[in-house]
Amino acid sequence: MTWRLRVDREACIGSGMCAGAVPEAFDLDADGKSRPVREEINPDQDVLDAAVSCPVEAIAVLGRDGEEIPWD
Amino acid sequence: MTQDSPISFPLPDPPTLYHPAPLLSELREHRPVAQVAFPDGKLAWLVTRHADVRTVLIDSRFSRALATGEDMPQMGLGSLANESLIAKDPPEHTRLRRLVARAFTARRVEELRPRVATVVSDLIAGLRKQPQPANLVEHFSLPLPVQVICDLLGVPATDRDRFHGWSDAAMGNWERDQDVMAGAFISLGGYFMELIEAKRAAPADDLMSALIAARDDDDRLSEEELITMGIGLLIGGHETTANQINMFLLTLLEHPEQLEWLKANPGRLDVAVEELMRFTQLGSSTASLIRVTTEPVELSGVTIPAGQAVMPAIGAANRDPGVFTDPDRLDLGRAENPHIGFGAGVHHCLGAQLARMELQEALRGLLTELPDLRVAVPDSELRFKPTMIVRSVEELPVVWS
Ligand code: HEM
Ligand code: SF4
Repeated sequence: MTWRLRVDREACIGSGMCAGAVPEAFDLDADGKSRPVREEINPDQDVLDAAVSCPVEAIAVLGRDGEEIPWD
Repeated sequence: MTQDSPISFPLPDPPTLYHPAPLLSELREHRPVAQVAFPDGKLAWLVTRHADVRTVLIDSRFSRALATGEDMPQMGLGSLANESLIAKDPPEHTRLRRLVARAFTARRVEELRPRVATVVSDLIAGLRKQPQPANLVEHFSLPLPVQVICDLLGVPATDRDRFHGWSDAAMGNWERDQDVMAGAFISLGGYFMELIEAKRAAPADDLMSALIAARDDDDRLSEEELITMGIGLLIGGHETTANQINMFLLTLLEHPEQLEWLKANPGRLDVAVEELMRFTQLGSSTASLIRVTTEPVELSGVTIPAGQAVMPAIGAANRDPGVFTDPDRLDLGRAENPHIGFGAGVHHCLGAQLARMELQEALRGLLTELPDLRVAVPDSELRFKPTMIVRSVEELPVVWS
């Protein structure tokens, strides 16, 4: 099973929290905004934790059918 | 400037409240990664460019946990620096931060806005009853963030007098006795133990009750972490927010044409607060908390060896001409503004969205209800508490008509 990772670039304020916590999964571009390193990832608790901690809830972690993966 | 001799730190105080020390700008241009020496002889690297400061704050090769070691230069924050979120690296940091993050998202903070606007109006009504000049710090800038965080945590505001002295002492400063800081921290811990027991008996719809449930039901944090988290949240945002309110007012009065623009464009308050965040120097030395390299890292051509202390100068980075056009000019309508006044990376200010909203509502209230508010004394007569991290004015006498 793989997850899909999305960052809403309109919402992202470039806090760098996600990229600081999980650099394997998130990368900051020249504007300082986040983007997923790869859109398809293996299930990873650290990525979920980063999504929970995003101050503007810009990170979506989705299952195969587009359903949101529960945070807990 | 010679390239190799360390510069004494703290740097001399800047000649004005409104700009970083000239030496910092010089360093940013000519020696962006400079070695500095503390009074006790300990060395650190002072980093001043925007891109480098962001790297220090975001890149996991810079550790906060290692910076709490005995052999590292210590500054500000006192005991809090060793126990709380700000002292931990991932994955420990991640586990604790996610427990509180949901309470501070932009969405949750918006729900609090009407309540904060009411607190602002009530405080201004109280301020108006004071004889003039009145002390803005005592009647507005400090009670606002205290009231807001107490509401959020579920701390009775009537307990404020009990913890205020401790919180002042626990934050510490450069000269302050370590024992005094430790004692204050212990008193705050005792206060929180009582509060936690009371909430265990009668949980309410507040953040402390939610944290207690995370501890008792799911064992997601230890009792000690629970207490430290409470203390950190309670006192972490007081001085910073109060200081910003005071400095924002002083800065606006220093730039009358910008102040008029803001009064004429109240819809731009959000953008104006971002510019004031960029412009305001949070502390006189403008350096944020120390990080320690976990391996050699190259910044602006300088290789910092592993295990060395690094100080990100946020205040200098926010004036980097490579990022901000005309950086030393206050431009409240500034469009492109990637300032790092709330830090960056995993320690990006937990209270950033809350503080933004409080600052917007504070300015909105002051500008509309007391439009001719003025400071009654010249800047040279303002006295500041001698803290390393946050420069807080002890008293701000104001008048209005
Ligand atoms: C305008 C007011 C404020 C300013 C300028 C400010 C600034 C900052 C900065 C620069 C940092 C990062 C420090 C570093 O990485 O070395 C930080 C962290 C933090 N701030 Fe704020 N802050 C403000 C208000 C608040 C408020 C209201 C709270 C209340 C919850 C708060 C709670 C925190 C916490 C808990 C951290 C540590 C986060 C972590 O380590 O994960 N701050 N703040
Ligand atoms: S944590 Fe959220 S706001 Fe911060 S960089 Fe990542 S996506 Fe953007």
